[in-house]
Amino acid sequence: MSTPVDFLLWVRGPGFDIALVVFIIGILIRLLEVLILGRKPDYAEPRGGELGAGLRTLLTRTLPEPGTFKRSPFTVVGGYIWHIGFFISLFLFVPHIELIDATIGLSWPGIASNLVDAVAAVTLVTLVAMLFSRLTHPVKRLLSGPEDYLSWLVTFLPVMTGYLAYHRMIDPYPLVLGLHILSVEILMVVFPFTKLMHAFTFIIARWYNGAMAGRRGVQS
Amino acid sequence: MSEATLERGLKAFREQMNAPIASFFSSCVNCGMCAEACLFYTETGDPKYTPINKLEPFRRIWEQEYTLWGRVKSWLGLSQPVDDELLEAWEPLVYDGCTLCGRCSMVCPVGNDISYMIRCAREGFVAAGYAPDGMKNASRRAVTIGSPMGVKFPALAAQIKHVEADTGLTIPVDVEGVDYMALLSSMEIMNFPEYMAALARIFKQVGITWTLCSEAFEATNSGIQIGSSDIAKELVNRIVVAAERLKVKYVISPECGHAYTAIRWEGPNLIGRPYNFKVVHILELLEELRSSGRLKTEGYEDARLTFHDPCQIVRKGGVLEQPRHLLNMVASDFVEMNDHREMNWCCGGGGGVSAIERAEALRLKVFKRKKSQLEELNVDTLVTACANCRLIIEEGLEEYRMEIPVVGLTEMIAEHLVGDEKNE
Amino acid sequence: MAETGKGMGKTLAQSLRESGVSRRGFLKFCTATASMMALPPSMAPAIAQALGKAKRPSVIWLSFQECTGCTESLTRSHSPTVENLIFDYISLDYHHTLQVAAGEGAEAAREAAMRENKGQYIVVVDGSIPLGNPGYSAIAGISNLQMLEETVAGAAAVVAVGTCAAFGGLPHAKPNPTGAVSVSEIVKDKPVVNVSGCPPIPTVITGVLAHFLTFGSLPELDALGRPMAFFGKSIHDRCYRRPFYDKGLYAETFDDEGARKGWCLYRLGCKGPMAYNACATAKWNRGTSWPVESGHGCLGCSEPDFWDAGGFYNALSIPDSDITRQAVYVAGAGVALGAVAGAVNRSKQARAREEHEPVTIDDLDKRP
Repeated sequence: MSTPVDFLLWVRGPGFDIALVVFIIGILIRLLEVLILGRKPDYAEPRGGELGAGLRTLLTRTLPEPGTFKRSPFTVVGGYIWHIGFFISLFLFVPHIELIDATIGLSWPGIASNLVDAVAAVTLVTLVAMLFSRLTHPVKRLLSGPEDYLSWLVTFLPVMTGYLAYHRMIDPYPLVLGLHILSVEILMVVFPFTKLMHAFTFIIARWYNGAMAGRRGVQS
Repeated sequence: MSEATLERGLKAFREQMNAPIASFFSSCVNCGMCAEACLFYTETGDPKYTPINKLEPFRRIWEQEYTLWGRVKSWLGLSQPVDDELLEAWEPLVYDGCTLCGRCSMVCPVGNDISYMIRCAREGFVAAGYAPDGMKNASRRAVTIGSPMGVKFPALAAQIKHVEADTGLTIPVDVEGVDYMALLSSMEIMNFPEYMAALARIFKQVGITWTLCSEAFEATNSGIQIGSSDIAKELVNRIVVAAERLKVKYVISPECGHAYTAIRWEGPNLIGRPYNFKVVHILELLEELRSSGRLKTEGYEDARLTFHDPCQIVRKGGVLEQPRHLLNMVASDFVEMNDHREMNWCCGGGGGVSAIERAEALRLKVFKRKKSQLEELNVDTLVTACANCRLIIEEGLEEYRMEIPVVGLTEMIAEHLVGDEKNE
Repeated sequence: MAETGKGMGKTLAQSLRESGVSRRGFLKFCTATASMMALPPSMAPAIAQALGKAKRPSVIWLSFQECTGCTESLTRSHSPTVENLIFDYISLDYHHTLQVAAGEGAEAAREAAMRENKGQYIVVVDGSIPLGNPGYSAIAGISNLQMLEETVAGAAAVVAVGTCAAFGGLPHAKPNPTGAVSVSEIVKDKPVVNVSGCPPIPTVITGVLAHFLTFGSLPELDALGRPMAFFGKSIHDRCYRRPFYDKGLYAETFDDEGARKGWCLYRLGCKGPMAYNACATAKWNRGTSWPVESGHGCLGCSEPDFWDAGGFYNALSIPDSDITRQAVYVAGAGVALGAVAGAVNRSKQARAREEHEPVTIDDLDKRP
């Protein structure tokens, strides 16, 4: 019997296992294939330290350079809104916290579900606006290829299906909940093989940027 | 005679790959914000000048050969190759359309050091034969004649005579065992000999022992600009050999941006070992003399003036505070540009762009960025510390009919020396 | 219990009056039925009229792999109700738990009912049907499958009562040793109404029968064959604790502050969001309470595979997976594969460096 409940059980069982295995192994492969490349020793006498400068850049790059912000406010503000919205929805919705607790044993307080709901709605609208910008802004349109649109889609779907599930807009609920979980599993499987990896590698990239500049005495 | 081939270019790309570059490519989400930091995009509005777009050939090598999924895509025939056609199409973006100013590297939200990647990518372009003729010729002259502008020692000797006559001071050449060996850029020799005079007067006052070297006076490094470490190494090595032969303690990098990058930051890595001497930028040295009280000046410039930060000295060189302290020593009305210090805009001629004849129109177009920066300030004088910036800015000001004199900071300091013969 | 054919001439109204139910009480039941079936109150007189004229239908109740909980649910009310009277009124011609007759006599009653009411009787089934081996469950030497097929052949409709009959239920739970299946997996050519629940709400069973008596047809069903009127909304949607869910106020243990204040039981494993049933409105024990009101999360018993849908005390969002216990091995595999990928990259880089041909000013050009 193939019912929505069977579907839900599959995505919560074997589907989740597959996604988690691909996600973890994929990310480790991607991180190691970057890090193991290493870099040559630098014989130039340093003016400043690498470690501290790298860590500072890791933090300071979170804020935009003011001139660039003025020139591309939409990208910056839109980027902030949907990233923050995505993380609030992901990490502060109580059912998600339960999932994380059950998976890795870490737990923290959540926020009101209807607040998450509002944040998710804003995130959805912003993501659509970001897509529109990607399709119309000459720079972004030139740079973007299938991978960019795929990354957008697999990011958008979990938020959208989550919203549909919360509002029970598709019946029966096991179906929409299953679709939501499936969309997250798709995200997890696609994640290591696309630029979604930036969620991890930005730490390495920012550190190297800050370290290389810090060595020359500049805070980048 | 060997030749440049695509295969050599691809190998060079492969050779350049390292953890920082792999992390940068992995992190780029094509947000396009680097475009807003690049004067080639802001002044032309052409998206092809978006910094990260200039790296497409290098990016393909990374994806196809250094990522698991990219290899799978290649096997499945889903990847676009890096071929002669691609490199030819990208050559004007990587050379004419990038001054390696590094402004993009300061704004990338995921922290990509894009200008570093372009510097590395040029290794592949030059090995595959896709470098602009102007830069190839500059490199040939640098290696065969000793200077990208074709300046030989006799020409320098003639300028030395002039300077000695003007100042009444001796310009030491090939003196062993002194503390400092000064380098010059061809442009300073030919266009701005005032720099040499300024050095002589300042060092006389503070009592520094120094020399020029007849075999290694040229500070500029065409190899760095064209993106060939092999050529760059050959040119740097001349300086290293000379400095170690003359047993100097310091080598002074002149008012030239990329020369500082070449000798200070890339040089030891090109020759594969640390130096037996230290490299200081002339502004670093002057500031040290000022703060220790040895450098004494008198009087102030009345003119309202501003400072153009040479990218390679300030943003990419770390000489940030020194020019400010020195300017405040001799200027009463020093104003900063709107974007200044490590966020200043490039003059448009760095990274070898000034050597590319065909890029002149583009260069003048992107100069509009500097022009509007200057217009906001309404200054009488522009001070800088790079002979290349100086020349490019003078050309730009002339093109746009702006009457603002451009002065080297070292010369300006020299003008105010206490007890200098010229001021007495 | 009604004897075969007895009272077939009487209408429901007559029967109820004989049992001492007043006209007023009967109308009250009709209004309640209308409301339960999500019909407008104006339909109550029509229901009353229809029920008043309705003839006693013959019902054959088949019990297969079941626990008798469904029958208990229907019969163990504390005091007589109109629902019970409806149940009494129908001509329950066969129900091996309740009937007096046994053995051949019982089977003869079933066969007689089938013969006399061919094409008109209703078959009610509780329990699942084992397909693994007919001997797993048989009555009077007749396997469940055979009895179901035989009995259903002449039926007007089939009502699968309880989750076992509706979806396989407990016998169908992993590893399903008897090969248990639901009624609807066997009966394909007759209308089947699933009244799921473990056990189902008595009102829902009688509601379905009342609908059949009133309209002569089966009620509107959802995708799982359940009457929309009762299963159209989830427990979560009709739960009085729902505002706490929206506000993010949850009980985290059964005896904490939240539990005492009656906060949402999601974190304690309540399956209300995925369970469709009428518990929150119909309640149990004559409207006394229902599981969530008593302080325990919904088990989702009206849903297929509810036994296998993760622990009863695990939040609905928790994956039903033990891969996280293997996380160390997965991470180990990732590190090993990553080391291989890194080594491949490293060797590619090293080879390119070894094969480096210095670029000189003589080879800046491509040969034309």
